[in-house]
Amino acid sequence: MSDITHVSAAEIARSLAQGEISSVEVTTAYLARMEATEGVLGSFLARSSNALEVAAASDQARSRGETPSALAGVPIAIKDVLCTTDMVTTAGSRILEGWIPPYDATVVTKLRQAGMVALGKTNMDEFAMGSSTEHSGYHVTKNPWDITRAPGGSGGGSAAAVAARQAPVAIGSDTGGSIRQPAAFTGTVGVKPTYGGVSRYGVIALASSLDQVGPVSRTVEDAALLHDVIAGHDPHDSTSIPTPWPSMADAARKGSQAESLAGVRVGIVKQLVGEGISPAVKQRFDQAVDLISAHGGEVVEIDAPHCEYAVAAYYLVLPAEASSNLAKFDSVRFGLRVTPEGNPTVEDVMSATRDQGFGDEVKRRIILGTYALSAGYYDAYYGSAQKVRTLIQRDFAQAFEKVDVLLSPAAPTSAFPLGEKLEDPLAMWAGDLTTIPVNLAGIPGMSIPMGLAKDDGLPTGLQLMAPAYQDARLYELGATLERLITDRDGVMLSMTTPEVI
Amino acid sequence: MASADLMDFDKALELFEPVVGFEVHVELSTQTKMFSSAPNPAAMEAAGVDPNTCLTPLCIGLPGSLPVVNGTAVEYSISLGLALGCDIAPVSRFARKNYFYPDLGKNYQISQYDEPIAFEGSVAVELDDGSLVDVPIERAHMEEDAGKLTHVGGATGRIQGAEYSLVDYNRAGVPLVEIVTKPIEGLEHRVGELGRAYVSTVRDMVRALGISHARMERGNLRCDANVSLRPRGQKEYGTRTETKNVNSFRSIERAVRYEVQRQAAILAAGGSITQETRHWHEDTGVTSPGRPKSDADDYRYFPEPDLLPVEASSELVESLRAALPEQPVEMRRRLKGNWKFSDVDFQAIVNAGLLPEVHATIEAGVDPAAARKWWMGELSRIANDRGVEPGSLATPEGIKGLQHLIDQGRLNDKLARTVLLAMVDGEGSPEEIVAARGLEVVSDDGALIAAIDEALAADPGVLDKIREGKVQAAGAIIGAVMKAMRGSADAARVRELIIERAHQSS
Repeated sequence: MSDITHVSAAEIARSLAQGEISSVEVTTAYLARMEATEGVLGSFLARSSNALEVAAASDQARSRGETPSALAGVPIAIKDVLCTTDMVTTAGSRILEGWIPPYDATVVTKLRQAGMVALGKTNMDEFAMGSSTEHSGYHVTKNPWDITRAPGGSGGGSAAAVAARQAPVAIGSDTGGSIRQPAAFTGTVGVKPTYGGVSRYGVIALASSLDQVGPVSRTVEDAALLHDVIAGHDPHDSTSIPTPWPSMADAARKGSQAESLAGVRVGIVKQLVGEGISPAVKQRFDQAVDLISAHGGEVVEIDAPHCEYAVAAYYLVLPAEASSNLAKFDSVRFGLRVTPEGNPTVEDVMSATRDQGFGDEVKRRIILGTYALSAGYYDAYYGSAQKVRTLIQRDFAQAFEKVDVLLSPAAPTSAFPLGEKLEDPLAMWAGDLTTIPVNLAGIPGMSIPMGLAKDDGLPTGLQLMAPAYQDARLYELGATLERLITDRDGVMLSMTTPEVI
Repeated sequence: MASADLMDFDKALELFEPVVGFEVHVELSTQTKMFSSAPNPAAMEAAGVDPNTCLTPLCIGLPGSLPVVNGTAVEYSISLGLALGCDIAPVSRFARKNYFYPDLGKNYQISQYDEPIAFEGSVAVELDDGSLVDVPIERAHMEEDAGKLTHVGGATGRIQGAEYSLVDYNRAGVPLVEIVTKPIEGLEHRVGELGRAYVSTVRDMVRALGISHARMERGNLRCDANVSLRPRGQKEYGTRTETKNVNSFRSIERAVRYEVQRQAAILAAGGSITQETRHWHEDTGVTSPGRPKSDADDYRYFPEPDLLPVEASSELVESLRAALPEQPVEMRRRLKGNWKFSDVDFQAIVNAGLLPEVHATIEAGVDPAAARKWWMGELSRIANDRGVEPGSLATPEGIKGLQHLIDQGRLNDKLARTVLLAMVDGEGSPEEIVAARGLEVVSDDGALIAAIDEALAADPGVLDKIREGKVQAAGAIIGAVMKAMRGSADAARVRELIIERAHQSS
């Protein structure tokens, strides 16, 4: 029974389809695994109270010949930033403690319609602000590879849950790397789709122009299967792309069977492989590039000069939008309310609530964003940052005239020790340097495991980037590279996470 | 405020030149709100929807909710922009206006900032003497309305001193177009009159376009008046005040004149004007200071990242332009000719803001003179007593039904007024009220003759006087009969019967 937690979601789906196992059995196995490991890891903020009922309903539907999707009956974990009507939704913040939304996020609706079984809501940095999940208002999540290390962030909960086999797949959200960097830290696969590819409706907004929901998994094919479930136009999200998407799963399967990389043009972004990248990560990255060359891929260096300003621009755009998006948390209509002594005005109540309900990192960014948008500073800060954004988009557009995909490390280091960067926000922010340009440009990005770092034996991640709308290209090449790396190492890294207990 | 703090209006204009500007908010009557599928209370015929019943998650700013632009509201806004003579931006953009206040669920308002949908226009406005003034329009932009706060427990009904406040988010997200004029100079004594005439023109315009119910008493149409004074000969504008809550045509005129007089008194005494928002008090006819407007107000505008820019294709704009109704000034001139009213009578209707009502009533088939009589007479009087707009009291169809009963001789003037009052109070159609209350004119001669006989018995000399040619003597008997019949007699018929009687018994 416990074996079912050791295989991919695609494999579970095949077993379900062939009647070798039921969704109730699969779900029971994952719940048992969650029960056994959660005390150590802390991946979850809330657990579903009806997972087995949903699983039983899925089994019954299948017995009637109804299989609403390829992943019907497969369990899933959902980042706590998505609204769920049946589970508390907090975005990792105390200001939303106990809040149950009156509506489901569109992505959650799609998961339900696909017959997937939600196991629970995963831990995250408060309002997705952070790169270690240490900024959660509730508890710290441990990295299953080394429980003294951070699982990355903000989606450390989803990544740790998938790495530690608490769930076969998970939903994450990525504003500056919150899916891809935790994937790199935990040896899993994470994808940030093209901006507008997946609905943001019901996703508690951090930075509206950057946020994007995507899959977390242990294989490229699993991510593709989940991507197919959640992608598509949503009339409730004006920034959602109306054009239909090709099957990512088909692209992944095609890629996994590719004989060679002949004819594939790969660009290495000079600005994303230099300063700040640890030697151990660089060594793994160079090996991945060598592997591509060895299999016939054409590798060229790409100059994207404005990526140098990406982190600076990002930490103006994000706080600016966040300062406005988070204004709604004022105690008047929902969430925490703190009423000071005496005869407080509504402003006093709002102020006391926000003071107590928000953590330091959230306050830091709200103050920064408020300042960046202020009269007299707007042009210098927000205005300039938007110009940098346009220049980065232009850099990428020019690069994609020469190559099919771009490569970089998904994170500059392997997982850092818990607490190491907690008191040094700038160091924490600098760790997003390789993932941020992708969000600023609105293009899709994927992180796949590229081997363990020589120095600390922890996973490292390879980032693939494609032009907007070309998410399928990531899945195709990602699946090829996943197979080549697995063949090289003799084992698929994502399937070798330590036992934890 | 004591009148000592006001300068005589004429004297104020000797010393200073007034410059005015107006911001008019129009609530659009689309079925749903500006950015959500919630029902739009501003589209509803009946007033007084239960609080917090027209809501989606967006209206109360729930986490994860997102706005989606209402395409019909965009079309309405383009039509209004075109009617205002504006250019329509091929691409316009929404922005967030950030401020913490409990009437906004998101604590920001989605508005348009530096890229409005319509800009640079001009509207012809007719003043009382028939002269035309072109009011320059700076811009018209789309935005969402805020919710409504009710402050409970204070003496003034305002937030200061209130024990608590209730919030109704029904209005939050109602589509608005804000029309901003450029500063208007050179109107001199007629600044207030211009404000009244301008807002009434905008009302006629949006009614003709069919894009707003434009009932000022319900806040469908709201006007803020900006007033500043500059000493004669000075080029720079003086410091302006923005007077809000000016919610009838008459009060626009009064508020502008009041601000001219107030500011003139301060400036003449060597004082300076504080740039601030002021509130108009309809009951006392004064303005009082609200929030000071200073550089401390920083709304941190930035482009709304949840929405794409609004694109107005030239095909759409041209098709909307082709469908534009007649301009209010042109329509007025045409109607005046058709109806054959005197200048004075017609202008009185325009000034009362009742042109749309009178027009609709005549269109419904009522004789122009009768339509004018009802709206300018009885309905205006009732509206004035109750402090509401006449337009909220009756419908053209109701007036038509009432007039029909009069024309048939089934109601006399007095009974008709009673029926009208019952109509205003919602008792039903004129026919229903007549039936329910038994108000019809008594046309049974037998009953009238009996009443006449009774009256004659008390005053037998009358018949002789009539026979002598003093027909007016019948008046006393008519009065007595009408009193006895409680007004439900046809006075003309009573008169005929009395005269008949005099000649029979001779």
